[in-house]
Amino acid sequence: MSPTARFVRLRSRAVVLDLADVDTDQIVPARFLKRPREEGFGQYLFHSLRRKPDGSLREDFPLNSPTVAGAQLLVAGANFGCGSSRENAVYALLDAGFRAVIAPSFGDIFSGNALKNGLLPVVLPVEVVGRLRARVRGVAATEITVDLERLCVECEGLTQAFEVDPFAREALLGGVDEIGLTLQFEEAIRRFEQADALRRPWL
Amino acid sequence: MRIDATPGDTGVASRRGTLLARIWREHAVAERHGRTLLYVDRHWVHDGSFLAFGKLEAAGRPVRDPRRTSAVADHYVPTAGPRVAPMHDPELSRVSSLLSANASRYGIELFAGDDPRQGITHVVAPELGATQPGMTIVCGDSHTSTHGAFGALGFGIGASEVTHVLATQCVWQRRPRSLAIEVSGRLRPGVTAKDLGLAIIARIGVAGGSGHVIEYRGEAVRALSMEGRMTLCNMTIEAGARAGLVAPDDTTFEYLAGRPRAPQGAAWDAALACWRTLAAEDAGPGHDASIALDAGLVAPMVSWGITPAHALPVDGRVPDPAAGGAERAKLEQALEYMDLRPGTPLQDIAIDRVFIGSCTNGRIEDLRAAARVLEGRRAVVPGFVSPGSSAVKAQAEVEGLDRVFRSAGLEWRESGCSMCVGMNGDVARPGERVASTSNRNFANRQGPQVRTFLMSPAMVAAAAVAGRITDVRRVPVA
Ligand code: SF4
Repeated sequence: MSPTARFVRLRSRAVVLDLADVDTDQIVPARFLKRPREEGFGQYLFHSLRRKPDGSLREDFPLNSPTVAGAQLLVAGANFGCGSSRENAVYALLDAGFRAVIAPSFGDIFSGNALKNGLLPVVLPVEVVGRLRARVRGVAATEITVDLERLCVECEGLTQAFEVDPFAREALLGGVDEIGLTLQFEEAIRRFEQADALRRPWL
Repeated sequence: MRIDATPGDTGVASRRGTLLARIWREHAVAERHGRTLLYVDRHWVHDGSFLAFGKLEAAGRPVRDPRRTSAVADHYVPTAGPRVAPMHDPELSRVSSLLSANASRYGIELFAGDDPRQGITHVVAPELGATQPGMTIVCGDSHTSTHGAFGALGFGIGASEVTHVLATQCVWQRRPRSLAIEVSGRLRPGVTAKDLGLAIIARIGVAGGSGHVIEYRGEAVRALSMEGRMTLCNMTIEAGARAGLVAPDDTTFEYLAGRPRAPQGAAWDAALACWRTLAAEDAGPGHDASIALDAGLVAPMVSWGITPAHALPVDGRVPDPAAGGAERAKLEQALEYMDLRPGTPLQDIAIDRVFIGSCTNGRIEDLRAAARVLEGRRAVVPGFVSPGSSAVKAQAEVEGLDRVFRSAGLEWRESGCSMCVGMNGDVARPGERVASTSNRNFANRQGPQVRTFLMSPAMVAAAAVAGRITDVRRVPVA
């Protein structure tokens, strides 16, 4: 894991995307996935939601508002990131400057991909997400704090605890290299392989 | 740092529980913070996996066991013209060359675009006999759930995890819960595994299986062919579940017998004895949740919106968002994108194009079902047929199915993901309505502003002939 994949605490303005089931095709369309990682995927984020068919920006799309420039936090709808396993969906959000997404629920694979790359998926009860959304909509400059160490979200007097997989939390706080961690189990992996070769010799 | 390792469980066949529990136990290498380090028996990479190889190189790690990984050109391979670099499109050439360069650099076997064994990964692995009961199978592709049809735990992973599997042959996972879906009775004539899958998703929703592996059981599931079971497990990811599972039985064993990568001779006998003990797990209680369904009530299904849960029986009407409650905004978004009005009978919706293929419905049985409807008829709209694998294509040509599709006016293409996802440039035109045998009707998936209607191969064929959505049960078939 690269040092940039660490996450401890974030205080930022937020962008609200009030849509359920935003799938990974909507986060970054398939036709851009063949581009090399170095070129960055930020410019393709929410491509078809954000742009008109002629390529110009939709003024009514939240991400296009000048008031959210520099926001590192997305407040999204339920089942965010459902669909394909493309990790580019996570890169697109990171490359566009996002470091955390708050939503009532996430697609399983997206959530795993996000945690591995330092984009924190924060699951909050649907009514709390609704309150945060209302506050940001009321005052665009509203700041939300996501604290991974204390496992809580704060916003102007509202404090809400959240849970993160402890394995991923440790990695995010400490910047653990997961492959390096796993290779400490080398002995166990080898023992498994030896036992398995006897148990299933046909493999 | 504390490390808790458990030795590989050698497995006691008679222990009761779910199939998921059994496979999990038999592949657990270690535990840490509630996660299991699972051993991966088979790993598949594809032409979209270049990011994972890039990460491996950046980490300076070797591939731990290249014999356990295979590479296939499927997502980006052109279905007409040159199939390996140099291709017409320089970007496709680049992706294709990266796959072969990575495969040869790390000593991984490769099924390139011009290999007779090439095809969509989830079609190729089973037809080679490489997908076997009780295995763990991963791939950087969400439809790896397909392999569950054999009683193997197959699930999709992201690029970082692909890198991890290449380097360690293992993957860290939190054990999912199990959801049993019991399907009683029999599917009626004209109703397929695709319809069953869509009916289930329509009922439980696109997040209904979230955090679960779905174990399919019951008479209707037992009656499905391996192709049907693959279609059902393939669609499982569209319900939000990581994997689907069908306990292996004689249908599974007969399918596997004699396939090039299935065990042979004495090894087959030993494998079979082990696989039969997996079948017994199906009787075990212990699922975290369960749902029951009567197969006899399932009709041919059609999706009308922008998630696979937006699906209805073919005799239904486009729903009214006003009656959608909490779903209202989503339904409005769907109707706007699809340019549909509430109350419209589905069978009044005109179709501009058809696509027959994909890892959901690109197998030989699927092509036969579509060809039966098209035999002696003309399609009134254009469309592609892209077989799920080059072997399926060859078999279809032996059976003369290619002639049926061609005489109907459809294009007979080479094998690949093609218009399921359009990464290779096989896309429909903006605004078109496509009747498709694939699995995702997400906005813009088959091309910008393209509107996808998911259905079974026979239903797509019927739509091609009528130029609109049609109940295949009313189309006389020879
Ligand atoms: S056919 Fe479609 S769903 Fe299947 S692997 Fe290819 S792109 Fe994915």
